[in-house]
Amino acid sequence: MVEMNGHMNSETTAAAGRSASPLLPLQVRDVMKSFGGGFDVGRLLPWQRAKPPGDGARRVVDGISFEIRRGEIFGVIGANGSGKSTLIRMISTLLLPDEGDIRIFGMDVVRQSIQVRALINRVSADPSFFRNMTAAENLLFFGRVYGLSPREIRERLPEMLRRLGFEWERALEPMSHLSRGQQQKIAVARAFLTSPVLMLLDEPTTGLDPRSKRDVQAFVRQVQREHDASILLTTHDMEEAELLCDRISFISGGKIVAEGTPLELRQLVAGARPLESINMETVFMELTGRSVEEDEEPEEALIHA
Amino acid sequence: MLSIAEQLHVPPRPARPVLAWAFIERQKNLWKRYWAWELVWLVYGVVNTLAVTLIANQVGNSGLADKEAISRLVLFLLIGTLVWAYLSAVLDDISMVVQWERWEGTIEHTLMAPVERWLHLTGMVLFGILHGIVRTLLIFAIAVPFFTVHLGDADWLAATVVLFVGSFSVAGLAILAGILPMLYPERGQQMSMMVQAFVLLVSGVYYEVGVLPAWLRAFSYISPATYILDGIRGAIIDGKSVADVWPQIAALAGFGIGLIPGGIFLFAIAERWAKKTGRLKRQG
Repeated sequence: MVEMNGHMNSETTAAAGRSASPLLPLQVRDVMKSFGGGFDVGRLLPWQRAKPPGDGARRVVDGISFEIRRGEIFGVIGANGSGKSTLIRMISTLLLPDEGDIRIFGMDVVRQSIQVRALINRVSADPSFFRNMTAAENLLFFGRVYGLSPREIRERLPEMLRRLGFEWERALEPMSHLSRGQQQKIAVARAFLTSPVLMLLDEPTTGLDPRSKRDVQAFVRQVQREHDASILLTTHDMEEAELLCDRISFISGGKIVAEGTPLELRQLVAGARPLESINMETVFMELTGRSVEEDEEPEEALIHA
Repeated sequence: MLSIAEQLHVPPRPARPVLAWAFIERQKNLWKRYWAWELVWLVYGVVNTLAVTLIANQVGNSGLADKEAISRLVLFLLIGTLVWAYLSAVLDDISMVVQWERWEGTIEHTLMAPVERWLHLTGMVLFGILHGIVRTLLIFAIAVPFFTVHLGDADWLAATVVLFVGSFSVAGLAILAGILPMLYPERGQQMSMMVQAFVLLVSGVYYEVGVLPAWLRAFSYISPATYILDGIRGAIIDGKSVADVWPQIAALAGFGIGLIPGGIFLFAIAERWAKKTGRLKRQG
């Protein structure tokens, strides 16, 4: 069912009223997050810039609610700074929501964070590895902290890397010797190595060459089908969203503007126009009033405000 | 009834100590890959040990003290530099728990792993202690032939017990210092270096704490390093037994019992605050 912000309030309220379901991979209800606005001792120093008037807390995620069903790839599409990464960080237990409730298989991400972490993993746009350790050493560490034995890691890795189009021999080289695309493939392998039942993909193909991008997308689709994993994918790549996602949600200014299958979203804005003439970029533009390439205020700037 | 994780076929989690071992193994791999830095710190440790201990020889050459006093001074300074090499290695390794991961950019991936923080810190503490022992033994082996030292009276058992018990109290201090980079992403590491420098000043590493001005001496009583140095010097220079250095051991055990759980507790509070304000986010 397609939902739009304008007539979504009653449905959102209904969703918030639903009880936490242990069968739903992810339930996000009325989540809010603001940054900045606190007292900063450093600003008292005479050589620090004075805080601009009215520079208080700024809301980055503003009352977001949605659910992901078993085996579904759910896309969250928005421009840089729209609140996507903050949302993913809250689901990953790396940020605490100011208000609202996030549950993974019925478990609260704040109060049951250790249990939740065992069920999830994440790929971010930046691969983030110990640069001088080899890819294999990195994967050994990140597998072990999820409770895998070295034997299990050694058994799973070669096949996983082969499917990602990564030569096993290169896994014995330091990460700093690998290209950006190869590093990102290792990041994908790291996340899927632990067999998460909910995978959080935060712009996993940003900055990749077309071939690496295709390899990663094909791998995600394949693993999701084989292992019945549920996936939350954030991206500003419309083509990728349409290719991978079962349902899509558009986010702008920290709010969900619309939600539905790619077809439903097209129908929502098509009017009298033929559906084939409407691409997702157009849908996004018409629903949010801005291009997905147009940056909103970067979330990082807000965090350090 | 099966848990959700079992229903979802998530592999069962292993016994907890295995998770702490993952951090020891990772630190070992990092140590191996940064061997050039390890060599730099080893050379620095040897040079510092020689430079400080040679001051005793200078005192001897200038005729300011008799042979026995000089021999005692050599041992006093040698123990001071070696114990400080060990303690600073432990302090560095553990207090870098957040900062190192910030440099590498891995902090979010490490902190979202399903490992209780006390196990994470246990792994870091154990590695820090093992690392400190290896580095200090190497410095000792290289530096000792430069001096004539009399170790015949030393009670090695007492020295080992003091060092072992003291290591945990220093680890607690290091965990507290490690909180600073979590709270202050840009300046926290410099702050923990200042903590380390202050411990060096007040603990009697190169002199008796009695030479400190009274107001500074007060801080020596709350530094675990003071009791470690006292106990080890007593055991090695004066041949004191475990029973003789019991007051130092008891004080160190008290520090350990207070500082380790206290450090882990405050670390958890700082982590929660960082997650509230978004300060875990990578830098650089």
